Parts: sequence; C-alpha cells; structure tokens
Amino acid sequence: MNPFDEIAVEEAVRLKEKKIAKEIIAVSFGPTQCQETLRTALAMGADKAILVEVPAKEYETMQPYHVSKLLSKIAQEEKVDLLFLGKQAIDDDCNQTAQMTAAFLDWPQATFASRIEKTNENLKVTREIDGGLENIEVKIPAVISADLRLNEPRYATLPNIMKAKKKPLAKKKPADYGLRTPQCWHNIYVIYGLV
Amino acid sequence: MLRLPQIGRIIAVFRPKATNNLLTFGLRTTAVAQKTQWRGKATQSPRESRSFAMSLFRGQAITDQIFPYPEVLDEDQKQTLTELVDPCAKFFEEVNDATKNDQIEKVDDETLQGLKEMGAFGLQVPLDFGGLGLTNTMYARLVEIVGAHDLGVGITLGAHQSIGFKGILLFGNQEQKKKYLPSLAIGEQIACFCLTEPSSGSDASSIRSRAELSEDGSHYILNGSKIWISNGGIADIFTVFAQTRVLDDKLGTERDKVTAFIVERNFGGVSSGLPEKKMGIKASNTAEVYFDNVQIPKENILGEIGDGFKVAMNILNNGRFGMAACLSGTMKSCITAAAAHAGQRTQFGRRLESFGSIQEKIARMSMVQYVTESMAYMVSANMDQGSTEFQIEAAISKIYASEAAWYCADEAVQILGGLGYMKDFGLERVVRDLRIFRIFEGTNDILRLFVALTGIQYAGSHLKELQKALKNPAANLGLLVDVGATRAKRIVGLTSGPSLKEYVHPDLTDSADKTAKCITLFGEIVESLLIKHGKKIVEEQFILNRIADSAINIYAMVSTLSRTSRSLEQKLPSATHETLLCNVFCEEAHDQVREYLKITKDQQKLKNFQKMSMISRDIVEYGSTAATHPLGF
Repeated sequence: MNPFDEIAVEEAVRLKEKKIAKEIIAVSFGPTQCQETLRTALAMGADKAILVEVPAKEYETMQPYHVSKLLSKIAQEEKVDLLFLGKQAIDDDCNQTAQMTAAFLDWPQATFASRIEKTNENLKVTREIDGGLENIEVKIPAVISADLRLNEPRYATLPNIMKAKKKPLAKKKPADYGLRTPQCWHNIYVIYGLV
Repeated sequence: MLRLPQIGRIIAVFRPKATNNLLTFGLRTTAVAQKTQWRGKATQSPRESRSFAMSLFRGQAITDQIFPYPEVLDEDQKQTLTELVDPCAKFFEEVNDATKNDQIEKVDDETLQGLKEMGAFGLQVPLDFGGLGLTNTMYARLVEIVGAHDLGVGITLGAHQSIGFKGILLFGNQEQKKKYLPSLAIGEQIACFCLTEPSSGSDASSIRSRAELSEDGSHYILNGSKIWISNGGIADIFTVFAQTRVLDDKLGTERDKVTAFIVERNFGGVSSGLPEKKMGIKASNTAEVYFDNVQIPKENILGEIGDGFKVAMNILNNGRFGMAACLSGTMKSCITAAAAHAGQRTQFGRRLESFGSIQEKIARMSMVQYVTESMAYMVSANMDQGSTEFQIEAAISKIYASEAAWYCADEAVQILGGLGYMKDFGLERVVRDLRIFRIFEGTNDILRLFVALTGIQYAGSHLKELQKALKNPAANLGLLVDVGATRAKRIVGLTSGPSLKEYVHPDLTDSADKTAKCITLFGEIVESLLIKHGKKIVEEQFILNRIADSAINIYAMVSTLSRTSRSLEQKLPSATHETLLCNVFCEEAHDQVREYLKITKDQQKLKNFQKMSMISRDIVEYGSTAATHPLGF
C-alpha cells in the first residue's frame, strides 16, 4: 500500500476507535491484484472494501481526473461523511486526486493533514504548508488528504489478516458507477461515516 | 526360466550368514528408539513403506511422495499465505532488531509484544482455539522469514510452538486443548519442552525425573531437574517427561516408563535458574528448570501413561521440517550479503565476483540453499498430505539444513573478509546463532545413526521375509523370482534398480540416471552390510555414518530433481538457472555417494577406521595429544 494511503487508513481506524467514525470503507481501483492491498486495509481495521476492477492495460492510462470522478460517485452512492486519501501517489506524485474529488463533490477540502480533531460538528485540521502549519476548520462532509506526520500506521497482524478474509470485499466495474473511462490508481481511498 | 539356477546360487551365497536377528538393535538413543513403535509389526510381515527414504534402503525408488514435486496449497491457502508473507517480513525488517536482541540477551519487550499481537505464537493452533490454523507448508514459509532475520527470535518462537506445546496439538485431548491452546496461541502464556537432564542428553530414555502417583491416586508428584531448556525461564506451561511406574500387562509386573505431562508453573514447586550465557541465539532464553514435589492432576497426562517416549519423539519429528525451512531463510540472507559484496568490492582492479574462487563459493552456497529449500518444502508437503512416515526425511532435512547453513554463513564471512568478521555487519551473530542447530533437537551425529539404522532395520525386515520364503520355496516362488531377478541382473551387470528418467524433465536425464545408479548401489551395499554384520551393524558407526551421508545425498538429489523438473515444466523464468544448480549438485553428489559407499567395502579404508579408533583411544587415555612435541618439550 502506498505509504500515504496507509496513513489515511490508520487515521480512519483511529477515528473509529475514538468512536468518532462508525464505518470504514476501503476503496481501490485497478487490476485484481489490488484486492491484496484492500485486504491489508481490512486487516488494519476497515470494515468493508470496494474494488473497482480495471484491466491492467487500461489502468496504465488512468489519470487523477478519472480517479476523482469515480471516487466522487462512490462517495455519493455510499453516502459517506468523510473521504480520506493519501496526499499523493509515490510513483507519479501527482497530488491532485483529493483536490479534484472535492471539486466534483463540491465538498470542503483539507489537504496535507498532520493533525485532525473533532470540534462539535466540524473537524479541526492542521495542514502542513510551505513555511509552517496552518489550522483550518472544515464542515462535514469533507475530503481530507493525509501527510507524512499525521500518524504512524500500525502493522496488519496475522490474526487480523485472517479475520479480514471474512470481511466483505465488493467487486465493481467503472460502468456500475455510470463511467466508461477506465479508472485506476494504486492508492487506497478511505471513506468513513461519522457517528 | 533361464535365470532360475542363478537365483539358487545367489541365494545360497547369503543364506547361511543372514540368520542374525536383524530386528533387535539395542542402541538407546533419542532418535533410534523411535523404531520401537514398529518393532513388533516388523516381525510379522514387513510393511511396504511409502516413504522414499525407507524404500531407498532396499535399493528401490518409491516415488509417490517425490515426483511430481508436491503442491499442497489450494488457491485460498495460497492467497492467504501471500497476504501473510509481506506483513510478517515487514515486521522483521522494521520492528525487530536482531543486533539489539543479541546484545540484551533477550527478545526486546516491545518486539515480543509485537510478535504476540502479530499472531506469531500460535501459527499452527487451529482457528477455533485462537490461532492462525496454518498448515505445515504455510508455517514453513513464515518461519523462513524469521530465519532470514533473527534466529534468536526463531528459537523463542520454535521452543514455544514447534516443541513447547506441539504435544498438546498432537496428543492433547479436547479438554487439554480447550484449556491451554487459546492462551498459548496469543502468547499470553509461553510454553517449553523439558526433556534434557544433566545426565541424559542424546540418550533420552535415561531421564531420572520421576512422577509418583499420590497415595489417593488423584495426582502425580513430580521431582527432578531439567537443563538447557529453551524458554525455561519465561515459560508458564511445560511439557515435561518423567519416569513413572507402569504396569506391564504381559509380565504383570511394574516397571519404569516415561510419561509426558503438561505442567503449569503455578502448580507450585516449579522454579527456574538464571538465563544461561551462550555462544549464540542469545535472545532466546535458556535455563534450568526444577520440579520440587510438583502436584500434577491426573488429567494433565499428555497422551497415554508410559507413552512419553513416543510423545517426545513425535513432537521432535514433527518439528524438524521447520528447522530446514527456517535455515533456508538464513542461508538466503547470507547469500544476499555475499552477492552484494562480491558485486561491489573491487580488488586488483576487478570486481570480486569475477574471480573463480569467489564464483565457486557463491555457486556452492546457492546450491546447498536450493537443496535445503527443496527438501524443506517437500517434507512439509508430505506431512500436509497426511504422510506419517516422514521421520527419516525430516531427520535428513534437519541434518542437511544445519550443515548447509553453517557452510553458507562461514563462506559468506569469508567472502566479506574482515568486514564479515566485524560485529556491526551482523554475520558473526548469524555464525554464532547457527552453531546450535547441529546440536539441539537430536544432534546430527545421533540423527545420522537414526537415519542409517531406521532404514537398515526396514531393509532387514524384508530380508528376513526372504529367509522365511526360502524355507518353503514352492509356495513363495513369485517373491523369489522377483528378488532373484533383481539380484541376477545386478550380478551380471545389467541395470536392475529403478529408473527416474520418466519422472524428470528431459534436461535432467543425466542427473536422474546418476541418481538412479546411486539408489541401486546403495541398496546393494545395505544388503551386503546386513549380511556381513547382522545386528552387529549397530556398532559399526564409521560405516553407518557413510550410509547416512549417502542417504542424505540421495534424498537431496531426488528433492532437487523433482523441484527443478517442475520449474522446467512450468517454464519459470528461473528454470535455466535452477537446471544449472540441479545438474551440478547431482553430478557432485553422485561422486560423493559412490565414494562413501566404496569405503564400506574397501579393506584398506576399513582398516583405517580401526586405526582411528586406536588413535582416539590413545588420546583419551593420555588425556590430550599423545605425540611427543617436535622440540621434545
């Protein structure tokens, strides 16, 4: 799993442990092998997973634009309150998906998060920006992207990996979301619902 | 029909000498006593073993467990295992610190806790009891990762589950399993295996710890002490072997027999010594354990009363495959280090890897690693297939792996030179850690005798049947013709023995032929040794060691042939490389086997054995080297 995505998953699991989040859905786009990455997310504590299968060849042509589009559709369909992403992939380092997804959904965004707190109905997010830290408050639903210092992700333990095998992993196609363009990214997108 | 006169002649040659009772070897050793299990059966009608190594001693090749290379994981298990491998490796790369564990002489608390959460303490405990429910093959794959990183941790985990509570898994009743396994699986309680005593090492049936039935018959009272117990100082649950009075049904008298017990530290009266200071595997706790009037409830007998020896041997037999897998991981790390250095270091204006001396080392290291890996996963697969006769194969894999790993680590240090000798590089720790593997869980010396004698006894039981058949040749003509034909061919120089050609890929035909020749020759030598020595073969350890070494090499050859054939058939990208490994190995192993076997018939060499006995006796009598110093003082 992409390290930033791993941090995103970890933060989601921590929010659930603090009883702030109710359910965590891990999402990935790509060839069938992506389900191994999803299983890791499930082993870390996600409740269910969705794999939108994109054949390897089409996957190569994927751009953040496609991913964002698809992600926003899933967010709406699953009626999630928060969309959690790693800030960027570590191959092409695009750093665009979170921002574009927020735009498609017309939700507030808090990128490069290094600290997240719940304040009443909103989230207080500390962002890592050039030259320092910025504190902002976002209304929910929102899109957040995780930066390096947000947390240290836990290890997927072997018993949890075994248990994760029993958690639901739904396989979908882009067409199921009304999209024809193949969409894939190696990233994991974490979506969770607030209590 | 033409061959019949010849049969008569050949049989007549060995008939007068072959009357010794071949079934009563009396060597009391940890491993050899295993054969008591089937001693009785053998006197009736000899079994046809499906074990390759067993059949080898009759000059046959029973190949169902060998060819094709067994694949036992179904799709789901494969998927699970793939998912487990990475996180496990990551834990050892990022969390565990082998150097630190070695320095503080224990597994760092945080790491230990991490390992427990990881599930590493209950890999083979069934899911219902809170473990991971892994098969032997899956276990082997994960243990390989441990072996690649930290043998001290490996022994902590192995002493716990590979022998510590393995008895409960194999012989425990439902209540015992329910009571102990859940807390053992998560490492809440640690287990250990208590067999060795100050006066009882390889000769395990001579233990003196004793458990007496209490007057009211409700419990046993255990007294005694055990030494060098891995996890002895940190364990909560002990699998303990002790003498008990057992009524012999046949004789109607009581006698001492070993019984296995599950002992809890909190029964009271259990104490342990300080951690021993050791050469290696320092992270693993080794301590003496004392039992002082420990009251053990009757329901804590493991297996049947008086069956303790069988329990102990089965536990050890079932654990050995893991060692081969573990060490193939260790060897891989050594090879990685050596290859990196050889590829980078420049001397005399050339990279080390361009020199023949280094190339030979790297090639040999890779060959023995390949062989060990092939054996380890063949044995684990055979076990998963439900084979119950893997004791020779398991013993061979333990011997081979521990020696191959020692060789690999030693050569890796050699290639790295001064760098390898430095503590900071980490290889010196591996060398220290590895040394114990040739000693514990049955020393390689005892296991060699076990391999040779178990096999010879099996061959002997068949030879005995032949003798019986000869008393009534008319009724047993079929058997006699079969055996006679084999021997006749052997004598007139036709290849009788097995052919392996049909099982291997065409690229390996030569190696397969050579292996088949070794098998035939081996069977012939075993038979002639039996005829010559009868039951006294037990005392011929110089010869038995050559027999064992030949068996080890032959098993190594077939395991490798089988694996390489599969790689070729599946057109794996590494198939060409594997073919190189396989062919060179088989070629050399063939020469070695012939050499070993030739010695057993060579009068000059046999005399040398006697001379060596004399040399040794002189030295021991003198108490040191006995030759006069070249300077005279």
